[in-house]
Amino acid sequence: MALNRTTSDGHPVRFVQGNEAVVLGALHSGCRFFGGYPITPSTEIAEGMARELPKVGGVFIQMEDEIASIASIIGASAAGAKSMTATSGPGFSLMQENLGFAYITQLPIVIVNVQRGGPSTGLPTKLAQSDTMQARWGTHGDYTAVVLAASSVQESYEATIRAFELAEKLSTPVIVLLDELIGHMREKLILRMKKDIKEIRRPFPKVPPEWYFPYDIPNDYTAHPAPFGEGFRYSITGLVHDRTGFPTSVPSEVIERLDALREKIITHRKEIWNWKEYEVTDAKYLIVAYGSAARAARGAVAILRKKRIKAGFLELKSIWPFPDGPLMSAAKQAKYVFVAENNMGQLIHAVRENIRHTINVIPINRYDGHPLEPEQIVYFIKEEVYGHSTV
Amino acid sequence: MGTQLSEIHEYLRWRKRFPTVWCAGCGDGTIMGAILRAIHDLQMPQDSIAFISGIGCSSRMPIYLDFNTLHTTHGRALPFATGVKLVRPDMNVIVVSGDGDALAIGGNHFIHTCRRNIDITMVLINNSIYGMTGGQVAPTTPIGAIAHTMPYGNIDPPFDAVELSLAAGATFVARSTTYNIIQTTNYIKKALQHKGFSFVEIISQCPVLYGRLNGMPDPVDMLLWQKEVAVPLSKAKKMSPEELEGKITTGIFRDEIRPEYTEQVYALSEKLQEKSED
Repeated sequence: MALNRTTSDGHPVRFVQGNEAVVLGALHSGCRFFGGYPITPSTEIAEGMARELPKVGGVFIQMEDEIASIASIIGASAAGAKSMTATSGPGFSLMQENLGFAYITQLPIVIVNVQRGGPSTGLPTKLAQSDTMQARWGTHGDYTAVVLAASSVQESYEATIRAFELAEKLSTPVIVLLDELIGHMREKLILRMKKDIKEIRRPFPKVPPEWYFPYDIPNDYTAHPAPFGEGFRYSITGLVHDRTGFPTSVPSEVIERLDALREKIITHRKEIWNWKEYEVTDAKYLIVAYGSAARAARGAVAILRKKRIKAGFLELKSIWPFPDGPLMSAAKQAKYVFVAENNMGQLIHAVRENIRHTINVIPINRYDGHPLEPEQIVYFIKEEVYGHSTV
Repeated sequence: MGTQLSEIHEYLRWRKRFPTVWCAGCGDGTIMGAILRAIHDLQMPQDSIAFISGIGCSSRMPIYLDFNTLHTTHGRALPFATGVKLVRPDMNVIVVSGDGDALAIGGNHFIHTCRRNIDITMVLINNSIYGMTGGQVAPTTPIGAIAHTMPYGNIDPPFDAVELSLAAGATFVARSTTYNIIQTTNYIKKALQHKGFSFVEIISQCPVLYGRLNGMPDPVDMLLWQKEVAVPLSKAKKMSPEELEGKITTGIFRDEIRPEYTEQVYALSEKLQEKSED
């Protein structure tokens, strides 16, 4: 963190990696517990937290594996701490079971997955976006995910802050999907001022312990289990449970619980959605992308517009629940929608689900461990425009 | 007896959660009573206790107890407990685990939690078999014993959980039986008072599965078997390996003080915070 300057209005400026921006975002969000296990390309996050957390009274622990890492942060969350872990593909696979535990028990946690190539050990030091669907469907059982993304160092910082806000507000696990390129690249980062950071924390029960129902289902469907040790002795279990928190298999109570878990995320979807439009108003050729692929898409639009091709770009900064509203609105004028991804085609399924009946949806994929380039996207789009490509 | 019943009663979620899932003759209820008597004798406030388990018959215990209870995933109780303890070092964190939960799926977490010497008390209920899933072989099933996934006799050598925890660095290690429940209660009490990772293995009985498959379908037979095979540590020291064949040594195997993990984490943090204030 060499460059230590401030902007004219006093914001501190840093020149850091995406992974370091995650550390700063977590610290500024009040994260005080990190349990992790080293894995490329996310390790700088663990290293940063190990360095910084003890200085602010927080706890860093390197666990014996990724299963233990996510278990420890859920335990820390039950005790009331804002907690997180960071990992990459293989570790993210190991975390899937307990991800479902955090979801059903409504204990907020943040998981950062700095994606690398897969399957299996895959390409540890190369980028990919091939955990896009795993982040949505990875844990077993019916599950509704909250997943954010970032395409720059600045956005990595912002997405981490947003992830903690949403986790605490919705009492659910929130996943931040970065990729190797974003995690390891260095860019300018403008930090928020202390006064601009409003720390969102899950509400403490307003009723005395004898009236307390930890898993009540209020109008916004969100339960906020009280921190351990505060006089509210209740049961947390990964079994389907009733409003008291005790296990149930009564069909009506099972439906009520599973519906509430989904509804709490669906009803808050507009708050979760985050996107940016580039030249979409008259775009006949719309690109949809997130993360490092979004950087190439922005470049492609610039090249195509110079050639008077009406290209536009919808950048997704949140992926799940899928921002169908913003997609429909950006694709209003589109004849073709191109989904640019650093994988063999994952996000495209969600895009197709929403617009395949009216618009051609065309995949642009790269999965050799290298970033998509603007020219590659331009090439595919020109093929559709002219029937052939003359870059 | 009357007073004993009421002592335990206040720690139970008796209005809400009974009867238990446990079969008649199971050792889990006896051990739950021992844990509660130990807690009661030590006057530990209910709010100060985080009672954490994984998955299995014995891991259902937190559901019945009026503490801060966390019933987690299979084998993972210890890392969940580690998170709770590190955030709330003032709380008394107790983990109850079965032999499959602690030594098979949770074996990695077990040795690493022993190694860290974090101030958690772990009670391992060893019934030599997987009960909840219906009688499959466990990492504690003796050689030759029958289980539903060892229908021709077990060929997998079992773990000795006490030896394992000693080698991994636990600072309080004891073993007892459900037959000798007074001794069990005393060991749990000592473990709860111990600063550091304390581990108590209790040899228990599953008459419905292990007992039925291995010629001891009556719970009384199983308790008499415990009485027969249990050898106090002091006596065992004087016995030859041949004489100890098939026996289970009971007693306190280690009781020592080493730096505790949570204290070290917070000491470091305080030192660094003072530095940044300078």
